[in-house]
Amino acid sequence: MQAGTLSKFLKNGAIWGFIVLELIFFSVAGEFLSVSDKAFMDADNMLLLFKQSAPIGIIAMGMTIVMINGNIDLSVGATYAICAVVLLDSMTWPMFAGLGDGVIFVGWGLALLTGLVLGALNGLIVWKTGVDAFIVTLGSMLGYRGLVFMYNGEQPTSHLNWTLVDFAEAQFLGLHTPTWFLLIVTVAIWFLMNRTVHGRNAYAIGNNREAAVNAGIRVGPHMMINFMIIGFLAALSAIVFYSESGSVNPNDGELYELWVITAVVLGGTKLTGGAGSIISTFGGVVAIQLLRKGLAHIGADTSTVNLVIGLILIAVLFLDRQLNVKGREELKV
Amino acid sequence: MSELTKKGIGGFLARQGILVAFALFIIGFSLANARFLDPDNIMGVVRSSAILGVMALGVTFVVISGNLDLSVGSMMSFSTIVVLDLHDKIGPTMAIPAMFAMTLALGAFIGFLVGYLKLNSLIVTLGMLSAIHGLTLTYSGGKNMDIADKEGTWFSVFGQGDALGIPVPILIFVLLAALLGIALAKTPFGRKVYAVGGNGTAATFSGIRRARVVFSCYLMSAFCVATAGLIQASRSMGSQNTVGQGLELEVLAAVILGGASLLGGSGTIFKTVIGVLILGFIQNGLLLVGLEFYVQFVVTWIIIILAVWLDIAAKRGKLWSPIA
Repeated sequence: MQAGTLSKFLKNGAIWGFIVLELIFFSVAGEFLSVSDKAFMDADNMLLLFKQSAPIGIIAMGMTIVMINGNIDLSVGATYAICAVVLLDSMTWPMFAGLGDGVIFVGWGLALLTGLVLGALNGLIVWKTGVDAFIVTLGSMLGYRGLVFMYNGEQPTSHLNWTLVDFAEAQFLGLHTPTWFLLIVTVAIWFLMNRTVHGRNAYAIGNNREAAVNAGIRVGPHMMINFMIIGFLAALSAIVFYSESGSVNPNDGELYELWVITAVVLGGTKLTGGAGSIISTFGGVVAIQLLRKGLAHIGADTSTVNLVIGLILIAVLFLDRQLNVKGREELKV
Repeated sequence: MSELTKKGIGGFLARQGILVAFALFIIGFSLANARFLDPDNIMGVVRSSAILGVMALGVTFVVISGNLDLSVGSMMSFSTIVVLDLHDKIGPTMAIPAMFAMTLALGAFIGFLVGYLKLNSLIVTLGMLSAIHGLTLTYSGGKNMDIADKEGTWFSVFGQGDALGIPVPILIFVLLAALLGIALAKTPFGRKVYAVGGNGTAATFSGIRRARVVFSCYLMSAFCVATAGLIQASRSMGSQNTVGQGLELEVLAAVILGGASLLGGSGTIFKTVIGVLILGFIQNGLLLVGLEFYVQFVVTWIIIILAVWLDIAAKRGKLWSPIA
């Protein structure tokens, strides 16, 4: 095996190796430390793990393509909150009262539309003004959060529709509804990035924007489409979560952007753009959720989870750089 | 009007646009509400901006050197909690230096990772945001910290005291701003910070030790965070674990409003102070004209985008971006 192949294999497989390590560690440590007598790798526990990863995971898929494209979106948490408010509030509007349970589709449609529009607004500003996506979405993170508050003040927005709750809690072929959403989104985004012109162009733009421009790729529309996709997915994530919980606080979704970016970076996507894989992001999402669940399983509290995830993020960055140093030196020659 | 004067005015607006916008805001708000220009009100705004401002001073160094610091919010929570806890255990005289040492150690760790190991500052400080939050919770056991005897200690002087008729937080802010402003504008170290942020490779070739400069910038940032934590602790004499949560982005917003580029190499302490004051006065002005506090989020959003956009537009000479 050549050295290059080995380091490539290490890089692509790293996240899965990490997941296996986590599983072994928490299973063994759980035998000694856990207060519960249930095994960590219990089937129900693992199914629950996928279900709980869904809200972050769905947004992480969108973040991966935005980051591959060379941008970043800090406003996803606020977008998520607005879409949740729209979803729950629109189902109570009197004009839809005659629809019965059909109101669910109205709520979903409006929430997804809201996500698309907010994403498009971010994308349009990045495209037309040329301001860095970090600053644009930092601003809209504040702005969109302000819109959430302006919508309903500091009160929570609540509405439970039992048909919807039943749907969100249902299991199909053993998997929960949110898990299905996560899987479908993962497959769809994988297809988009690996089998379509848009995906290939997104990689090309992130890798070398000037070369992409010279090759005749229209950079702006591609960036805007990616921002619309992440807005749409933030809305979908809100739908998955709030269909079941039925109540949203104006502060909900805060720090989501950080969790999402952590998952994406753990999956190996580069902040500089041009590289990243949807499947590895899926691994990153599972790894984080596994860590949270595992630490809880062995009796550690949330403070340890924060500490460990932060340090792992830095360690991954360091290892990734060590693995890449060789390749970079070859390029310089 | 001749072509030259037009360019002159346009150039002036582009360079000092943020000052012009600031002046317009002041005029607008003072017309809307007479109390806005009341000396007590102005003092109040500056006083409540001092904590954000002190943190923004340090982050200005980091941003000019071409890096980011997203960990300042959770680091500020850390120093606030630590100094409050140690106050009752070893007394204020010892607690303050101990807290500064611990916060500086965190800053040195980040500086080592970003400066010497050359890791991406956004991810490192994102990781540290989470890690330091965990550290704070572990330290406090998740409980709020309170000083037991709030009356019998001189510790309140940093947040609540007055000297020469001026609130101490403002004095600290102004003093630190002057000091760091001089360090950035008039010393070899300051010039190195600009050089490293402007073109790291060129700086290295001209004999500047990039790693050491970046390291010092993060130390500077940690020092400012510790100072902010001290003011916060002394002002409230008790605190939650999440007191600084979200401040990192407000600080960054202030620095960007002041015109520092996230690519590094540009920005000044004076402009950052203006950025901080703009945020403070907008918040105050909107409240005075009777709007809810969250309207400022939306207004800040619009102002940030406009400020950065006009800055870029002036540099490239075109309003709209050339992206196809």
